[in-house]
Amino acid sequence: MIERTPILNIATHAILVFGLLFLLLPMYLVIVAASHSLQDVVAVPPNLLPGDQLWINLQAAWAKGHLGERFVTTFVVAIGVMTGKIVLSCITAFGIVFFDHRLKMPIFWLIFITLMLPLEVRIVPTYAVAANAFLPFQTLLDLSGITWVINALSGVEVKLEWNLLNSYAGLIMPLVATATGTFLYRQFFLTIPEELVEAAKMDGAGPLRFLWDVLIPLSRTNIAALATIMFVYAWNQYLWPLLVVTDQSYAMIAVELSRLVPKFSATGGEVPKWHIAMAGTLIVMLPPIVVVVAMQRWFVRGLINTDK
Amino acid sequence: MAHITIQDVRKSYAKTEVVHGVSLEVQSGEFVVILGPSGCGKSTLLRMIAGLESISSGEILIAGKVVNDLEPHQRGCAMVFQNYALYPHMTVADNIGYGLKVAGLPLAARNAKVAAVAASVGLTEFLDRRPGQLSGGQRQRVAMARAIVREPAVFLFDEPLSNLDAKLRVQMRHEIRRIHNQISATSVFVTHDQAEGMTLADRLVVMNKGVIEQVGTPEEIYHAPASVYVGGFIGSPAMNFMGGMVSPNQACVALENGSRIEIPQALATAHAGQLVQIGLRPEALSLVPAGMGAFDATFDFFEELGPTRLYHFQFEDLMIAALASDKPPVQVGQPMGLKIAPEAVHLFAADTGKRLEATQKAAQPVMV
Repeated sequence: MIERTPILNIATHAILVFGLLFLLLPMYLVIVAASHSLQDVVAVPPNLLPGDQLWINLQAAWAKGHLGERFVTTFVVAIGVMTGKIVLSCITAFGIVFFDHRLKMPIFWLIFITLMLPLEVRIVPTYAVAANAFLPFQTLLDLSGITWVINALSGVEVKLEWNLLNSYAGLIMPLVATATGTFLYRQFFLTIPEELVEAAKMDGAGPLRFLWDVLIPLSRTNIAALATIMFVYAWNQYLWPLLVVTDQSYAMIAVELSRLVPKFSATGGEVPKWHIAMAGTLIVMLPPIVVVVAMQRWFVRGLINTDK
Repeated sequence: MAHITIQDVRKSYAKTEVVHGVSLEVQSGEFVVILGPSGCGKSTLLRMIAGLESISSGEILIAGKVVNDLEPHQRGCAMVFQNYALYPHMTVADNIGYGLKVAGLPLAARNAKVAAVAASVGLTEFLDRRPGQLSGGQRQRVAMARAIVREPAVFLFDEPLSNLDAKLRVQMRHEIRRIHNQISATSVFVTHDQAEGMTLADRLVVMNKGVIEQVGTPEEIYHAPASVYVGGFIGSPAMNFMGGMVSPNQACVALENGSRIEIPQALATAHAGQLVQIGLRPEALSLVPAGMGAFDATFDFFEELGPTRLYHFQFEDLMIAALASDKPPVQVGQPMGLKIAPEAVHLFAADTGKRLEATQKAAQPVMV
């Protein structure tokens, strides 16, 4: 901010405070609703102060939603997506930035274009692939006539199948294959001075050695930022897990949470149990908040790229 | 200990050739400085020796072995970069020892070597610091130590002093020379700063537009520049140039306005009637009253340099500079005579820009 006048200061602070309240109010209402009994939650006028039922409601939500099991599943997926994403985007950006080859730019743009095609847009084809990960190869074989040739020669019908539905692989892999991380890494790698690469060459470090000894230590903050984003992103996944998982033992927590939120048709005219749903929401929100708060310092540094 | 042979080396990027067939011999243990303006291909040449740039054609041999297809670390070279290129996340000790670590040297041996080299460049107390916590001169030392520790046969410097302030630059210059004398590796040093070139070099290589203009000791290059380009590039303040024609009868060069500048008789005879450029070093010119010198010029202004003064004159449409220690003898706008000893005049062919010598004819191949 270049201008420094008291009025402007007050105005900007007012906007900030307003924004903060705007963001915190729903959270507050969740806490209030989660701490009352059913009667108090649905009472008119609504209670705006927290009640004393919080612990009881949390316990009820935990038991009713099988949140213990869901936590394990979701942690596995979130950690898997986070790790996979970091590794994948690091090595793709490494390949794009530090090696000179003809396909460098086309490959980069192909990856970049996927930013415009998030999972939600291509969910049907992705589901088809998840149902049989070998489907693209099978299609190639069919189209090229190889299937027919093999069948004619040996009588064997080639049918490749690798089903990813109801598995951790099916949950994790489609979420890993996106461009955001690659782009973040690429932008960081581009800031590495050419002379550093050359110094490593003179020191006799090969590409992988350079990646491990120089690039990865230098991109610690980027890794932290990406890890934070990806953890929260994976934790909050709803649509993809809903689709790809029918076996309840792989259900993710956001999907489970939607089941805690009562639908009127399902309750058969009974009053919806909002207090339990809100208590569940509180529990589900907790891990992302903890991660963001814990990683905040790194997270901000990683995104603004000043650690040099 | 390794001599370097560069044979007709060329470098092209796509269709543009930037180094046009350079050949050079660097003797074992010699300190060679490649001097030239930015974009003359000097850094490219150095990087081809180091193996950081591919060689488009020609050969480079280090210690008698063709290194064209060898990786940088296999060539036995160490390089000091302009921006030091230290690993920002490693301590000074790790920076110096990284090459040894990659080479697989055990930790104890590595530490011993790092400690010894750090001591020799005065870095012992900084071994645990990061490059970010060091001053420019200290970073420079780390970069040098990193190169020394590998005990290279060839030491390459890519404008290592250009990021330092003037005082530190002189100090590091001495240090580099001292280190060279100590470890006596063959050194190739690239710079655009002629003071660095003149003071450091055993032999100086002047490059321009991708070709070598002249190779010689700093003394040879200063006293007998091979071309107009070298004459103008080496020496500060820069050499003055004028056009004229050699007249053998009076042993002089006749300028366009009729003034005559005396040159040795042998030189005049050898190039009688030729159109030439004459080069006059400001320090070789002396000031005399108007009409007493070789030619008269209008006094323009002077710069105080302390021990001497740099006088600027207007002659026809040229600016002429002369170094002299006496006070300005005339007012601004008044004419003054300028005098020069015949032997101090440099003669260059007007068309090719090459230096003309009295004996040059004899050096040419004899047609049978």
